[in-house]
Amino acid sequence: MSFRLSYRADPGNPWFSWQYARDNSDTILAAVREHTWLTARAVLIAALIALPLAVAAYWFRRLTGPILAFTGVLYTIPSLALFAFIAPYLGIGAATVLTVVVLYALLVIVRNAVAGLNQVPEEVREAAEGMGYGRWGRLLRIELPLALPGILTGLRLATVSTVALVTVGVVIGRGGLGQIIFAGFQNNFYKQQILTGTLLCVLLALVLDLILAGIGRLLTPWTRRGRPA
Amino acid sequence: MSPIEAAVVWLNDPLNWTNPGGVLDRIVEHLSISAAAVALGCLVAWPIGLWLGHTGRGGGLVVLIANVTLAVPTLALLTILPLTVLGFGRPSVVVALAVFAVPPLLANAYTGVRQADPEARDAARGMGFSGWQLLRRVELPLAVPYLAAGFRTAAVQVVATAALASFVNGGGLGQIIRAGFGLDIAAGQGQILAGGLLVAGLAILVELLLAQVERVVTPRPLRATRRRANRRAADAVAGT
Repeated sequence: MSFRLSYRADPGNPWFSWQYARDNSDTILAAVREHTWLTARAVLIAALIALPLAVAAYWFRRLTGPILAFTGVLYTIPSLALFAFIAPYLGIGAATVLTVVVLYALLVIVRNAVAGLNQVPEEVREAAEGMGYGRWGRLLRIELPLALPGILTGLRLATVSTVALVTVGVVIGRGGLGQIIFAGFQNNFYKQQILTGTLLCVLLALVLDLILAGIGRLLTPWTRRGRPA
Repeated sequence: MSPIEAAVVWLNDPLNWTNPGGVLDRIVEHLSISAAAVALGCLVAWPIGLWLGHTGRGGGLVVLIANVTLAVPTLALLTILPLTVLGFGRPSVVVALAVFAVPPLLANAYTGVRQADPEARDAARGMGFSGWQLLRRVELPLAVPYLAAGFRTAAVQVVATAALASFVNGGGLGQIIRAGFGLDIAAGQGQILAGGLLVAGLAILVELLLAQVERVVTPRPLRATRRRANRRAADAVAGT
């Protein structure tokens, strides 16, 4: 017995619809907020841990290898495995997601910060020493500012990859926009839901990246001065 | 019972290994999915990367692709692709993973050809090599260490990401972790941790194995400079 039901021929599952976005604006906005908040906190915490590590690696050459190797190993561990290691201890919640993404962001920030610090020209370092700067004064007034482009590159890369990584938090139900994407998948592949989540994720990464790039431009005016207008 | 004890208990149960859908099955699934994805990635990325490097154009394109894929969540591709013609199942998982294998493969193939000694290139030209011969007999052999480095990065990344295939029931070791989370956290913690150890162990094993392969295919005189070259290729991806 086969008769076609006309209303089933087109089940109404478009790739995008404003109707869906309007009807579910609360859920979507809540997810965007959670996602942004998680990302911001993660990058901030990661930077607070990574920068001292980078300075330590820069000051004490013997520590460079171990520090980079340690963060590198953390980076090799698959994200889902990291969730598996941490969830039994920190439980199901934002703390677990935050820890995982912080551990992941470390490598990118440390590596770029070390590269930035190592780019400080030897003459500049010696000149600063000759002017009587101590180790800390030199670090804060000379070396860190000169390493800023490298540090900012690290922060930008870390931010973009963190935005993508937070979605893996679905495994414990705290994935921000990943929650929307995954709900769409479970909702008989509700395409517009998946695509809305995805687009917002990419958009969020782009916006945060642009904000950091803007901050970078403001903080390092000397990188623009040399260029002919 | 602490999570570690529970994990040890879980790993010591032979049935967890040999059952249908047990660890052994999952490892085979995991590796076959990963191998297919890496192979597909190589098939797409290497010819393009080598050609772009040969012509010396498209450096910006390589960086752009790397940056864009960085921003796309794996979860999104894993859930979107089953809705396309690929359909639900193994093919869409393989394609999704292959997409993430492309940037390191592409960047290293491009850099590998680009870094070939300009003098060697000129000499080959002087000997009357055509563009194709130049690529095949001079640039390609010189790029092999880079190709190996890209292969290693891509393969490790794919093995790590393949764990996420479990979100769309794509199989692999991730299924063990997901099933563990499906239980209560107290009941499943052993399984969760054991699954995590297996996934991480596999990724690290692949990394070590391919590091050896990379060493073997790198000509001895080049080995000392590899570390620096690696860093440079990584920086090319990072867009610095």
